[in-house]
Amino acid sequence: MTIGAFTFPPIDELFVWKEVLLEDTPVAVNKTAILMLVSAAVVTLLFVGGSRKTRLVPGRLQNLLEVTYEFVDRGIARDVIGPDGTRFTPFLGSLFLFILFTNVWSVIPFIQFPPTSRFGVPLFLALLTWVIYWYVGFRHHGIRYLTGHIFPAGVPKPLYVLVTPIELVQLLIVRPFSLAVRLLANMMAGHILLAALAMLTAYALTNAPLIALGPFVLNIGVMAFEILVGFLQAYIFTLLTAVYIGDSLHPAH
Amino acid sequence: MHALVLAATEAGELRDGLAAIGAGLVYGLAAIGPGIGIGMVVSNAIQAMARQPEMAGPVRVTMFLGIAFTEALALFGFVLFFLAQG
Repeated sequence: MTIGAFTFPPIDELFVWKEVLLEDTPVAVNKTAILMLVSAAVVTLLFVGGSRKTRLVPGRLQNLLEVTYEFVDRGIARDVIGPDGTRFTPFLGSLFLFILFTNVWSVIPFIQFPPTSRFGVPLFLALLTWVIYWYVGFRHHGIRYLTGHIFPAGVPKPLYVLVTPIELVQLLIVRPFSLAVRLLANMMAGHILLAALAMLTAYALTNAPLIALGPFVLNIGVMAFEILVGFLQAYIFTLLTAVYIGDSLHPAH
Repeated sequence: MHALVLAATEAGELRDGLAAIGAGLVYGLAAIGPGIGIGMVVSNAIQAMARQPEMAGPVRVTMFLGIAFTEALALFGFVLFFLAQG
């Protein structure tokens, strides 16, 4: 679609992965991979550097890291999984921070591209969660984990015809797929919205500068909203991971 | 009349137009249910928080869970929009 001299990128652009470094080799690197590596490095450096010299009275950085850790430990792991959820805090914490730092790229000037809006990234994270909750379930309950889920107690026998396939599909497909799609769609929608508003501003500037104020102000507002969405999606992804792990540890039925 | 209109269109033009209409409708229709659902989840959560402010923490966590599950349906519609375009 073209507005004046500006071309709105075709929707296919979202599915094209341009290689930036080491082109045409099996280890070719694109923008998505670079941004992911940078966010992983930032999180790692922040935590390794911040926890090297821990003090009883924490400084600014240590305070921030402690608050973050406690947020995941108390607010997610212990609240959702239970007292034995603490041992999952390292996984949940890394998941939360990695998603948060990759999401935030969507509002950083000159980059403005969240790697989580490419399906491979959230899909991998969701599959990781999937493997972990199955592993935890089988580790703690053996085959009863599966049978307990697909044959819930207290359901009339004939209804198993309906309930069993639904529960099985839910455990196998719907959970990881909805986790991945939720993150992908939220970040992609925000990315498209920001791009569309920037396009409108640029187009209006050349034709009717006064009108450009509207989309410009809206763009800034949406950017602030995107920071909130990025945080919220990281939180919800981690929360749901905790819910699934908790469900594997202590099945309700 | 219809035959005339059909005869005047190029091959595939009608199909493309209908596909575009369908792709546009997919997300709009998929957003109706979850929109109502999220409204109900949040309104009841706010009511619960207003009645028992000391339970605000757990209620907020459960509210986000409810929103996430309800919202998933709308997001499937969003993905279908991309699939319907191709």
